[in-house]
Amino acid sequence: MDISKIRHIDDIAQNGPFLPDGTKQKGNMGDSGKMLESIHDAIVATGLKDGMTISFHHHFRNGDYIVNMVLDEIAKMGIKNLTVAASSLASCHAPMIEHIKNGVVTHIETSGMRGELAEQISRGLMDFPVVFRSHGGRAAAIARGELHIDVAFLGAPSCDPLGNANGYNRDEEGATMCGSLGYAKVDAEYADKVVIITDHVVPYPNTPFGIPAVQVDYIVPVENIGDPAGIMSGATRFTKNPKELLIAKAAAEVIMNSGYFYDGFAMQMGSGGASLATVRFLRERMEQENIHAHFALGGITGQIVEMHEEGLIDKILDVQSFDLQAAQSLKDNRFHAQIDGCFYAGYDDNGAAVNALDFVVLSALEIDTDFNVNVLTGSDGVIRGAIGGHPDTAAGAGLSVVVGPLTRGRIPTVVKEVNTVVTPGSIVDVFVTEQGIAVNPRRQDIIEKMEAAGIELTDIETLREKAEKIVGKPDPIKHLDRVVGVVLYRDNTVIDQIKQIDESAL
Amino acid sequence: MRLRRSMMFVPGNNPGMIKDAGIFGADCIMFDLEDSVAMTEKDTARFLVYNALTTLDYGNIEKVVRINDLSSGLGIEDLEAIVRAKPDVIRLPKTENAQDVIDCEAEIERIEREAGIPVGTTGMMAAIETAGGVLNAYEIAHSSKRLIGIALGAEDYVTDLKTTRSDDGTELFFARGMILNAARSAGIDALDTVYSDVNNEEGFIREATMIKKMGFSGKSIINPRQIAPLHEIFMPREKDLIKARAVMEAIREANERGSGVASLNGKMIDRPVVIRARYLLELAGENPDGEEETQEV
Repeated sequence: MDISKIRHIDDIAQNGPFLPDGTKQKGNMGDSGKMLESIHDAIVATGLKDGMTISFHHHFRNGDYIVNMVLDEIAKMGIKNLTVAASSLASCHAPMIEHIKNGVVTHIETSGMRGELAEQISRGLMDFPVVFRSHGGRAAAIARGELHIDVAFLGAPSCDPLGNANGYNRDEEGATMCGSLGYAKVDAEYADKVVIITDHVVPYPNTPFGIPAVQVDYIVPVENIGDPAGIMSGATRFTKNPKELLIAKAAAEVIMNSGYFYDGFAMQMGSGGASLATVRFLRERMEQENIHAHFALGGITGQIVEMHEEGLIDKILDVQSFDLQAAQSLKDNRFHAQIDGCFYAGYDDNGAAVNALDFVVLSALEIDTDFNVNVLTGSDGVIRGAIGGHPDTAAGAGLSVVVGPLTRGRIPTVVKEVNTVVTPGSIVDVFVTEQGIAVNPRRQDIIEKMEAAGIELTDIETLREKAEKIVGKPDPIKHLDRVVGVVLYRDNTVIDQIKQIDESAL
Repeated sequence: MRLRRSMMFVPGNNPGMIKDAGIFGADCIMFDLEDSVAMTEKDTARFLVYNALTTLDYGNIEKVVRINDLSSGLGIEDLEAIVRAKPDVIRLPKTENAQDVIDCEAEIERIEREAGIPVGTTGMMAAIETAGGVLNAYEIAHSSKRLIGIALGAEDYVTDLKTTRSDDGTELFFARGMILNAARSAGIDALDTVYSDVNNEEGFIREATMIKKMGFSGKSIINPRQIAPLHEIFMPREKDLIKARAVMEAIREANERGSGVASLNGKMIDRPVVIRARYLLELAGENPDGEEETQEV
């Protein structure tokens, strides 16, 4: 280093925490200047202009007020041609349709979408296709600068006057909470400007923080950040559905005999009925055989929290809390850690936690005879889901197990070709239904283990035929040539596209 | 031997339940066209069950269809459709006497002939649901070669007796004993009534344990969740199985020696002992005659 650049003590003695008269004074942190009156002021302060990219997180799920609140204000100010890069979007974001029509929003990047917004986009609402990324893919794209965020508007259930923000409130019991701010953490780290929108300004220091003050430029207190009922429910309840229980039991049997169930394993489970029930069957065996998990990853539920509290799981890595019990545990328990999207699944990062998973249990809207999985579009071609961490965890885990019913009502789950490829069959290992278990022929090692354990297997083509026998052969979906969505794999290369549905054919 | 530990009710007008009925491991599925189907849905149910039976593959599960009684006028329409779909068994509700079975059998036989189905293909069972029916259980059980079993339907029966169902089942004691003895005297199965409080697993297990002890072949059930505990109760204990295997082994040895008398631990093996041993091993899914029979030649 260049020693001449170090200043002499005489030059700096009058700076920093020392006052000119040499006495120290408490509270000289002063006004951070970050606290603003309104979202309008924040938009002005960030210098938001036409054509920029703004980002949001989806930790408030279907109870989110932030996206609509911010876009309404931006529209009033006449700013146009924005890219909305949300970690995901929900049914509650239907008001965005107006902002697309009036030119405020011209491009969307997200993990998924549902409801009226998704319906209209599937019918050609936008000129430019929506870009769908996995959670890991999005985090990596942001970190690498492929997805550059100009301004992040991040809702937080608590924030101190300097900007230390959290997904829960340590100063008030019963306040709104969402638990982990995992996906928002990436935005806060890499966006040019970060605005925290909170309904609870709490005293400094709001530690341990989800988002540190150093990353935050402005703070806007508002009355409500979301509808608590839509943000999360209480403890996720166990299914009593006998079919889900049957699927779960079969999935648990597969896992327990796969070689990936040993003392010190790592797992991730979805929040669906069958996934949760699978955990219950695993838990019984863990108790019987004195097996414990080293960590559980991902979207975290109360079920995982209970197993941790019983000593069955050492650590919890939480990128998103699925229920209040999980959020409460994140707040109270130091072995329940808040991780960000890059730590969770960023594909550049060898340390991504998904790569340490022994197994993951995932769902599917559709799976085809090549084991490709669709979790994004419905049987009518309309967008109605989210990629989430599906391809990230399927790729990272030693064993990826997809669970689902053979048919849903009159809709087959197993098809010849999925409508949209989200997770390629090359990383999907087992499909478990109530009508049988199919192992990807690529995994001969698993097939041998299942046979050795006396677990009866079928093949996916047989399952497809069974489904077809029950519900018949669906007419193919008619599409127009226009592309309404581009689906990226976790390395941010295009894996599939979603075309506009042709309603004249209906 | 056909196991009938569990006979699961499936409402005939519920496509979702019909489609999934085969996956839970019940020994028999009973598609209902009678009490669980509203009057306005009778034709829907008949149509659905017909198509389920002719389209879906239920594997080795016994397929039973409960029709409406013939006097209602609906029963005959049920038979016209369902016999042609070739279920294993037609279950007749509210059986009062032998004549009810004979009348129903005549219709089944006629339809079998019309449809070109070998006469006698369709099995029958009779549900007894009144005081009169219980008292006629013996003649009912002996009324047709097609009968595979008789069953108690307790809800109507207790109403007929002017009482209600209780936890300990005192009110059903006579009917259960009567139906069980009538069935066994005819060499057919006896099926117990449903336990309708699905969420009371403890009560279900108590009742199922009792009827198993009495000698019933199995029980009607209304939810797939009742299958596992029921089969668990009917599962023979390991020490009984070891003894049964030893009995059958002794019999095989005696046969090989050409001796008609087998003994185990110095005691002669009586015929009932052999029958019980055989029954236990079949319940446990084992071949009483040893492994060699299952090997392909």
